[in-house]
Amino acid sequence: MGNDLLAVFQMAGLFYLTPGMLMMWLIGSVLIYLAIAKGYEPLLLLPIGFGIILANLPLAGLMEPGEGLLWRFYHYGIQWEIIPPIIFLGVGALTDFGPLLAKPVLIFLGAGAQAGVYLAFFAARTIGFDLNEAATIGIIGGADGPTTIFLATKLAPHMLGSCAVAAYSYMALVPILQPPVMRLLTTSRERTIRMKKGRKVTQLERIIFPIVATLVIILLVPAAAPLMAMLMLGNLFREAKVVERLTHASQNELLNIVTIFLGLPVGATMNAEAFFKPKVIFIFLFGLVAFIVSTAAGVLLAKVMNLFRKEKINPLLGAAGVSAVPMSARVVHKVGARYDKKNYLLMFAMGPNVAGVIGTVIAAGVFLTLLG
Amino acid sequence: MSEEIFAPLAGAIIAINIEVGATVEEDEQAFVIEAMKMETVVYCPCDGCVKGINVKLGDKVEEDDVLAIIDA
Repeated sequence: MGNDLLAVFQMAGLFYLTPGMLMMWLIGSVLIYLAIAKGYEPLLLLPIGFGIILANLPLAGLMEPGEGLLWRFYHYGIQWEIIPPIIFLGVGALTDFGPLLAKPVLIFLGAGAQAGVYLAFFAARTIGFDLNEAATIGIIGGADGPTTIFLATKLAPHMLGSCAVAAYSYMALVPILQPPVMRLLTTSRERTIRMKKGRKVTQLERIIFPIVATLVIILLVPAAAPLMAMLMLGNLFREAKVVERLTHASQNELLNIVTIFLGLPVGATMNAEAFFKPKVIFIFLFGLVAFIVSTAAGVLLAKVMNLFRKEKINPLLGAAGVSAVPMSARVVHKVGARYDKKNYLLMFAMGPNVAGVIGTVIAAGVFLTLLG
Repeated sequence: MSEEIFAPLAGAIIAINIEVGATVEEDEQAFVIEAMKMETVVYCPCDGCVKGINVKLGDKVEEDDVLAIIDA
């Protein structure tokens, strides 16, 4: 009897705690604090923060390969690449491509804003990250959580947690990161440019767009298929208007359920050994650089386009090419409204915003094609 | 001569700051529309008297819907 009690006592994880684990508890707690007290992307950062704490509990074995509960969520949900595409089904069902179809030229801003992805890729290479790691760091600049997680799982799973935390943190910081860049690169006259209303988009166009986009993009970049297919299917649900139950489930129940099972296992991959490597600080540094360069690239591209256009584009819209939907569109509107309160840029900004989502998926598909 | 206040974007009316019959000035805050979890203020386009308001609190409006008419 005494031996049994002793055994229970000895099997308490308490005695196997390391300082590294305690540090990870702190980091997890900081993310939970940012989520709750500051409202930073709580839907992801809260489960990620808690997942980090859970993964750093000795002997609990939650991430034990083959057995652990969280490992099973990770293996069957993320390693099998199921959850990020289902999230994209929900994203597609929520997305209105109308503002993009009304002013198709804005698609270039969504493409241009991917420049930060490639710049961060090369910068990470020069520091010494291998090709797969550099690509994963670069894609953080696309400001797209599921795409970042999708690519990291395929190319650099040991960096999954850090890249996801970096991506979601910077998305939450978009209102702080973008305006200085936008102001630096635009004149006060450019900021007050009023956009002419786009053309009317018919229902037929809205239905044809997801089908054609799927065909074109997957034929050109087959590696982008899982994400693109689900994004466009969700959008087709929405625009067809005859499957409201499916649309509603995709936007709500399904999206909310898989969001739970996205954040938790992603956080659980961040154990102390994986996180406390000198390289990790560069993930956050280059991720930040990618965000800023993407913002700048979008704004500058708009300015270049204006040299050739009679009808000018407000260059602030370029920042919305960073596809944190709809955060960066809101930021564009707010910055524009500061200089002209009757300048309603929000709906125009949604054009590059949703184009940027497609742009980031294509960028990920290109990386996968070359490196996967 | 009357001018119309158009909705600059689609969203929900969450505030109406003018009344029928009231005198308003240009750039006064007339409505607040909520879209993408953001509040956007719609301003009066001219001085005048509010002839009619076509929406009530909570109404969903589309871009270019006429929200109110002002007699200048």
